[in-house]
Amino acid sequence: MTSRSHPILSMVTSRIGLGLLSLLIVSLVIFSAVSFLPGSYASAILGQNATPEAVAAMEQKLGLNRPWFLRYVAWLGAAATGDMGMSFAGRPVMTVVGPRLKNTILLASITAVIAVPLAITLGVLCARFRGRFIDKFLSTTTLASISLPEFLVAYIVMMVLAVKLQLFPSMAGIRNGMDFADQLYRMVLPILTLLLVILAHMVRNTRAAILSVMASPYIEMARLKGEPEGRVVLRQALPNAIGPIASVVALNLAYLISGVVVIEVVFVYPGIGQAMIDAVRNRDVPVIQACALIFATAYIGFNLIADVISIVSNPRLLHPR
Amino acid sequence: MRQQVSNSPGFAPSRRGFMAGLAAGAGGLTLPRVALAQDGPKPGGKLRYGMNDGSQQDTLDPASWATVMTGFAFNGALCNNLVELLPDGTLAGDLAESWEADAGAMRWTFVLRQGVKFHDGRPLTPEDVRQSILHHMGEDSSSGALAIVRQIERIDTAEGQVIFTLVEGNADFPALMSDYHLSIFPARDGGGIDWESGIGTGAFKLDSFEPGVAIRLLRNPEYHKPGLPHFDEVEVLNIPDSTARLNALLTGEVDVIEDVDIRNVTLVERDPKLKVVRTPSLRHLTFDMNCSVAPYDNPAVRKALKLALDRDDIIAKVFLGEATKGNDNPAARIMPYFAETPPQYDYDPEAARAILKEAGLDGVSVDLSVAESAFPGAIDAAVLFREQAAKAGITVNVVQEADDGYWDNVWLKKPFNASDWYGRVTLDWLFATSYTSDSPWNNTGFQNAGFDEICKAARTELDPARRAALYAEAQQILHDEGGVITVAFVSWRLAMTTNVGHGELGGILPADNHRGAERWWRADI
Repeated sequence: MTSRSHPILSMVTSRIGLGLLSLLIVSLVIFSAVSFLPGSYASAILGQNATPEAVAAMEQKLGLNRPWFLRYVAWLGAAATGDMGMSFAGRPVMTVVGPRLKNTILLASITAVIAVPLAITLGVLCARFRGRFIDKFLSTTTLASISLPEFLVAYIVMMVLAVKLQLFPSMAGIRNGMDFADQLYRMVLPILTLLLVILAHMVRNTRAAILSVMASPYIEMARLKGEPEGRVVLRQALPNAIGPIASVVALNLAYLISGVVVIEVVFVYPGIGQAMIDAVRNRDVPVIQACALIFATAYIGFNLIADVISIVSNPRLLHPR
Repeated sequence: MRQQVSNSPGFAPSRRGFMAGLAAGAGGLTLPRVALAQDGPKPGGKLRYGMNDGSQQDTLDPASWATVMTGFAFNGALCNNLVELLPDGTLAGDLAESWEADAGAMRWTFVLRQGVKFHDGRPLTPEDVRQSILHHMGEDSSSGALAIVRQIERIDTAEGQVIFTLVEGNADFPALMSDYHLSIFPARDGGGIDWESGIGTGAFKLDSFEPGVAIRLLRNPEYHKPGLPHFDEVEVLNIPDSTARLNALLTGEVDVIEDVDIRNVTLVERDPKLKVVRTPSLRHLTFDMNCSVAPYDNPAVRKALKLALDRDDIIAKVFLGEATKGNDNPAARIMPYFAETPPQYDYDPEAARAILKEAGLDGVSVDLSVAESAFPGAIDAAVLFREQAAKAGITVNVVQEADDGYWDNVWLKKPFNASDWYGRVTLDWLFATSYTSDSPWNNTGFQNAGFDEICKAARTELDPARRAALYAEAQQILHDEGGVITVAFVSWRLAMTTNVGHGELGGILPADNHRGAERWWRADI
């Protein structure tokens, strides 16, 4: 028993180790990149009140007059103990980022719950009825929606459903104190847009993964044995295509956390992407760092899960010789 | 219970009244009243305002306010200052009923209005005012009002009075007290102010505040201005994307939006339920020449460049008519002591060529540094300028600088650059920050002893006629010899539904001098 679970355990441990190393590198890159950006928090915040005197006073107050690597080391030390520090505006970083992260996760979860089963089902259908109407139809439409930039999809959705038909609100600005049904109603348009963006990618990859398995000799064998085509796809091909499907699903889920910036801006959704843009504009380094770490963690975490799934679903990887 | 107030001429002090009030040191200015017609504004209803610049950095701390969102919601709705800027640019008492200065304008005594209460029922005291100003004055202060409060030597209180002793005389001191950072909050026992609880004296009480997302305010039934406010509720929403903001207005999610894109103005005006409200502002866009660097140190070159810019053409093509022509005087028409500075500079390539020839120059070549972040339309304006100036034998090389860091690396550093000025409430402050020889933002490198002298004399001059004469002279010097080429003055451009009622809007600060929440009303109830 132990020997069976061992390779996965050691793989997961080493992946987590590598993930932490990646996080460290990401944080270093972000911190130094922000330091090299022209402008500073003080001049951004003070705007046309930024006399040299006021800028100096504010930088002194925030400790920004120290070299960036000293600030980095101090930040890293605190972050290692779970303290993300204070935003330059004087609030703890987690109270700035926390509610935004919650909103982003809410939007991502609802979208994922709809998108993942739907995408896999449609992908399987395309593979099963390859070359038939549904396959051609979905291939064309998904190709189109992949090719359109997401902000255009968002504006088209908004123009048709909010401005012309007035079915849904154009602003998805959910706020504290709204009940869940109201929040859900406001979130319809961003969810719809995200679905259009990520469905296409996942459907096409699911279809491709299954079709590549369908080319294997054992599928031919199953057919020769008289298995019906639907059964061949679901029972023989799908389980062996889970690895690549899991990878593309993971990629899209990570995108839902870290890549939805544009959609958040268009629909005025108070998510973490907007928080990061805001922080970059004001050079609020602690908040930028926290957002970057969350994004990196999402990517690394989801990819780790995808790797584990593909190994568990593949006996050859599960029992290496 | 609403009071019906007639609009008698005595209510809103005219500009002359403002100056006289300052001169006599009498103050005694009454509260601004809203002129109510027979079927004037009715109370009730809700205002939803889509802002473009809210930030998660926003806090209730008045020293940190930097956005229109905080200015409108906190300075204009939640709080009051000692004084208030009326829509016509003049000054009226708000928490202060009157004020007077000693002869040298060194000592200013403000008499507080009686019976003003904070939202939690505490009465307003002189100590609240004192602490609210001291809040910006600490050793390590990073307040946006630092430049103002540095002029204060000491603050004392007396029965119903606050007395400011200044480092040097300043006739404009009451006007500076209208700065939006200098909002009055309740003092804490043992010093400091309590800004954290969001309690002010304003027309609205704070209901909720999500930084960078939304601010919700509810009517203060015990407001000290009779008959105000009109709205029961005000909600300020942050919508940074301009298309999203316009969509929010079109779909009825908000009633007013800030800063409508000039390309969408016709779209808004085509809709009978919407209107565009333009308010002349202090904001002006300029090409600034550094007068102490060659070739701009030659007055003939400066004059030729001023005559080589076709302002009307740029306003029509770049700003689609949504801007007004300047005359190379950084003072805005809506400011007290603004003076006409003849002649109006207009496009005259022949005259420009002649001036250069007279100075012994056969054409001149200049590098103009611009970026879209200098001001919206800066690059287009510069390219048009290049074509216009070519006809005068002037070569303008348009140098496109990086957007990011423009204000740190180009502005104040390159000798000929595009600049975006938000303006200052008073001429003294405007000149002291950007045009006197030792000013921190002397982007035109202007060194003129005569000009410095005039500004210094005007600062402590309490006689309005003499003061006006001094400032007229100062503005004429900037017009004739300065390094500013005014591309355009821009207006605040709000788009709103016709359901929002309002009078004339103030333009010194955005959103009706920040006070739209208490000045506007719903016209559909």
